[in-house]
Amino acid sequence: MHDHDDDHYHDHDNHFSDMQARVKALETVLTAKGLIDPKAIDAIVETYETKIGPRNGARVVAKAWADLEFAQWLKDDATAAIGSLGYTGRQGEHMRAVFNTPETHNLVVCTLCSCYPWSVLGLPPVWYKAPAYRSRAVMDPRGVLSEFGLTLPKGQAIRVWDSTAELRYLVIPERPANTDGLSEEQLADLVSRDALIGTAIVRVPEAV
Amino acid sequence: MNGPHDLGGQHGFGAVAPEKNEPIFHAEWEKRALGLTLSCGAFGAWNIDESRHARENIPPATYLSASYYEIWIRALETLLERHGFATAEEIDSGVMTEPGAPPKRVLKADMVAGVLAKGGPCDRPASTAAIFGPGDRVRTHNFNPETHTRLPRYARGRVGTIEAVRGSFVFPDDNAHGWGENPQWVYTVVFDGREVWGEGAEPGLTVSIDAWESYLERA
Repeated sequence: MHDHDDDHYHDHDNHFSDMQARVKALETVLTAKGLIDPKAIDAIVETYETKIGPRNGARVVAKAWADLEFAQWLKDDATAAIGSLGYTGRQGEHMRAVFNTPETHNLVVCTLCSCYPWSVLGLPPVWYKAPAYRSRAVMDPRGVLSEFGLTLPKGQAIRVWDSTAELRYLVIPERPANTDGLSEEQLADLVSRDALIGTAIVRVPEAV
Repeated sequence: MNGPHDLGGQHGFGAVAPEKNEPIFHAEWEKRALGLTLSCGAFGAWNIDESRHARENIPPATYLSASYYEIWIRALETLLERHGFATAEEIDSGVMTEPGAPPKRVLKADMVAGVLAKGGPCDRPASTAAIFGPGDRVRTHNFNPETHTRLPRYARGRVGTIEAVRGSFVFPDDNAHGWGENPQWVYTVVFDGREVWGEGAEPGLTVSIDAWESYLERA
């Protein structure tokens, strides 16, 4: 097989053009063989562009904040609790929720590939898949968090969960103060994708 | 295997660079790469562990300079050729020259929602009782297989504590190589940061992995 190991020497645009041609050739031959339905590819892409994303995870968190019974279910059996909201499926088959507390902050990584809970967060961001995060999250989590603009209190412990098996982790951030009057939808609006991975916390926007 | 994928604790990759308002896809080819990988997985010819092993087997210099989706495409090409769906020449040229192997299933557009919603559960009944329980002190195996494993290098030969028994799951080290699913109990094992990184480790750091039973022995 012709190898593109010389990709390294192409500039950025040529590199992407090279991959575009390579992927197009692959799709073309597989379609010709009747192995691939291009419309199935479109459906997959549309699903992750418009239907499955971190809003799912934010809703899980909001419900856990608003409903203590659900929060306990989530702690005891996250797969079932999350499934009860309709968020099931690929890369979310076996879920665990890990709760931040004043004593412990949780951070999720996959050092070996980029395992990520697609069903509640959608597709992983580039930084999550990149060597810098995968290498340093387990060894230098405070340094990594500072690169996200997050400085934790000195005495707060950090628990790093390396996703080495088929269990997927969802961080449940602490509920910020002064949010008692908010609805679940409004609470979900506060929860960023990064907070669900552990590279951010949830803050209430300053009143203007 | 001690491949380029096993990145935990490696130095030299610089700062994490989160992109503001990162798009879900950076290029059209990435969309096709995602769809192709999932569509071909639906053939039923290989399992997720074999596909991960195909990615980690990419030569280090190539792996470390490639983007995620490029890694996926390179691995996919290997799998397609290995399982007889396309020849190297066909993959290169995009021109079909022979029918190739028939798949068990072809993913059509109307099947996508159901297939994604079902996913691929990996839990299986175990044939033995779990050996360890919460609170047990265990030592991880110090081994360096050239075959697939999900025990990262940084976590080999370490003493940790079982936090929980998570259920029994397909054993990837065997499954990747066609040696059977051979389900084993999986345990969350927690290591103090100092156990893994030495006295200079960040205070208050703990790291956990999910480890199959055969990775562990009583400490």
